[in-house]
Amino acid sequence: MIEVKNLSKHFGEKVAVDNISFTVEKGEVLGFLGPNGAGKSTTMRMVTGYLPPSAGDISVGGADILDEEIAAKSKIGYLPENAPLYSDMTVEDFLRFCAEMRRVPTDQIEDAVNKAIDTCFLQRVRHQSVDTLSKGFRHRTCLAQSIIHDPEVLILDEPTDGLDPNQKHEVRNLIKRMGETKAIIFSTHILEEVEASCSRAIIIDRGKIIADGTPDQLKKKARNAGAIFLRAGGLASTGIRQELEKLPEVQSVNVLESGDNSIVARVIPNKGKDKELPEAIFQLAVTKGLKVHELRVEEGRLDELFREITRPDTED
Amino acid sequence: MEATIALLLNFAIPTVIVAAIFIALLLFVLPREVRTIFKREVKSYFNSPIAYVCVFIFLVISNGITFWFGGLLESGEASLYISYFQYLPWYFVVVAPAVGMRLWSEEQRLGTMELMLTMPIAPWHAIVGKYLAASVVIFAMLVLSFPIVWVINYLGNPDNGVIMAGFVASFLTALCFLAVTSVVSAFTRSQIVALLISIGLCLLLWLGGLQPVSQAVASLKGGWLFVWPFLKFINIIGIIPHFSELAKGVLGLRDIIFFLSFIAFCLFSTAVVLRVKRA
Ligand SMILES: Nc1ncnc2c1ncn2[C@@H]1O[C@H](COP(=O)(O)OP(=O)(O)OP(=O)(O)O)[C@@H](O)[C@H]1O
Ligand SMILES: [Mg+2]
Repeated sequence: MIEVKNLSKHFGEKVAVDNISFTVEKGEVLGFLGPNGAGKSTTMRMVTGYLPPSAGDISVGGADILDEEIAAKSKIGYLPENAPLYSDMTVEDFLRFCAEMRRVPTDQIEDAVNKAIDTCFLQRVRHQSVDTLSKGFRHRTCLAQSIIHDPEVLILDEPTDGLDPNQKHEVRNLIKRMGETKAIIFSTHILEEVEASCSRAIIIDRGKIIADGTPDQLKKKARNAGAIFLRAGGLASTGIRQELEKLPEVQSVNVLESGDNSIVARVIPNKGKDKELPEAIFQLAVTKGLKVHELRVEEGRLDELFREITRPDTED
Repeated sequence: MEATIALLLNFAIPTVIVAAIFIALLLFVLPREVRTIFKREVKSYFNSPIAYVCVFIFLVISNGITFWFGGLLESGEASLYISYFQYLPWYFVVVAPAVGMRLWSEEQRLGTMELMLTMPIAPWHAIVGKYLAASVVIFAMLVLSFPIVWVINYLGNPDNGVIMAGFVASFLTALCFLAVTSVVSAFTRSQIVALLISIGLCLLLWLGGLQPVSQAVASLKGGWLFVWPFLKFINIIGIIPHFSELAKGVLGLRDIIFFLSFIAFCLFSTAVVLRVKRA
C-alpha cells in the first residue's frame, strides 16, 4: 500500500531525511521510532503529500504522491503532529467539514461523523467549541478526523501524545484493530506502544533507518538479549565469577552486585551457545556447589536497543 | 413612489446579479471542495468579530467622510464620484487587508494548513474558496452602503447607472487589494505582519497610477538605476486610471480585464508561494 523509495529531504544545508526506503502492506502496522529531530514527522509529511521530497519516490495504493496527487491523498487519513484544528468550529462541525472535504457521500456524512465520535470517545464534547477543548480531547478530535472517511492508509504522528492512560490504551487497541484491514504508520516515543500495536518497527536516527524488523526481532538485537540474569551464592563471589568465565559457553560476565558469598551478574553467552548456557550453569551447581537463587533468560528490551543504537545529541 | 421602485430596481438588480454570479460560480462552475471551503470560511468570518468590525468601520468612515468632509449635502450635486467613490479605494487600502490578513496566516499559525493541503483537493480549490469567502465580506460592505444612494436620489436626479458603475469599480479594486493580501498572508504566520505589509503594497498599487508617478516615469526615462524600473512597474499596474474610468461609468473591457487578470495573477502567486514555502 505504501511504498517509499530512496526518499530524502533537505532543508537548505540540513539533511532531515537521508535516503530511506520501506514499504507497508495492508494489514501491517509500522511503528516509527527515533529521537527528537530524527526525521519522523518530516517523512510522514512527505508520505502524506504535504512536503515535496527532495529526492525519491512515494506511492500510496499504487498512486504516485506527486503525479497522481489527488488519487493518492484520497486514500490517506492523516493525524499531523500537535493535532491542528480550526479553533472557531465545534467538534461536530469540524468533523462534518472534514468528511465533506474527504469526499464522504453527502447522505453518509452524519453516519461517518457519529461513528468517528463514538470511536474516539467524543460524545461529551461533540457540541463544544474546539478552542475550549482540553489537550487530550483536541488530540482525539484530530484523530477522529483522520479516520472519518475510513481510509485504506493511516498516517498518525504521535497519536497517543497527551492522552490519559486509559485513552492511550484505547488508542493502541484501536490502532491494532484497524491495522488488520489498513496499512498504518504511526510514530511514537513510547516503546511499549510498539510492542502493543505494531507488526513492524523502524528506528530512525538523523534521517537514516538504523533498525527495521518486528518488535521481537528488534528486541533480540539488544546487546543483552539472550543473556542470563543470575543471582547465586554458595561460593565466594570471585570464585563464582571465575567458574562462570571458565565455561566454554560464556563470552563474558558482567557483575552487577557482589557480596561475600553471593553474586548478581549478567552472563553473556558465546554466539550460538545461548541454548546450552543455562544447563551449563546448573551443572556448576552440581559440581561446584553453586546455589542458584534466580536464573532467567533476558528477552532484550526495545529501550535498550534504542539507547544503544541512537546516538545522544552530545556526540556530534 | 415610482422613484423608489426605479431606485430599487436600479440597485437590487445589479446586487442580485453579482450575488447570482457568485452563487452560480459556486454551484455550477467550481468543484464541491471549493464550495465546502467557502462555506466554512464564510461561517468563520461571521462567527468572529472580524467581519462585523471591518464592515462597521468601513461604513462609518465612508459615510462619515462623505457627509461631513465630502460636502455631499452642501454641493447638492448628484455626482457621487467626486464626494464618495473617489475616496472608497483609500479605505479599502486598509479594510481589504484587514479582512484578508487571516486568509493563509491563520492557517499557518494553527497548523491547519497541514490538514488542508493533505486533503484530496488541489491547492487552488482552497485558495479560491477562501478568497471568495473574504470577498463576500467586501460585498456585504458595499451592499450595506446603499443608504447613500438613497440619499443622493432624494437630493436630486442622479444617473444611477453611473453610480452602479462606481460600486462595480470599487468592488473590483477592493478585490485586487484582497488578492494582494492573499499572497502576502501566504508568506507569514503572523496576521499583523500580513496586515501591515499588505497595506503598504496596496497603497503602492493604488498610487502607482497617479499622474506624478507617470510624469516621473516619463521624465526619468531609464535613469536612476533601480528606481526607474520600480516606478515604471508600479505605474503599469497602478489601479487609479482603471478605477476612475470604470467609476465614471465608462465600462471599458480593457479595465475589466485588467482587474480580473490581476486578481487571477495574485491567486496564482498565492499557490506558488505556498508551494515554495513547503519545498
Ligand atoms: N520546515 C523546516 N525547515 C527547516 N528544518 C526543518 C523543517 N522541518 C523540520 N526540520 C528539521 O528536520 C529535522 C527532522 O525534524 P522532524 O520534525 O521530522 O523530527 P521528528 O523525528 O519528528 O522529531 P520529534 O520526535 O521531536 O517529533 C529536525 O532537525 C528539524 O529541525
Ligand atoms: Mg515529530
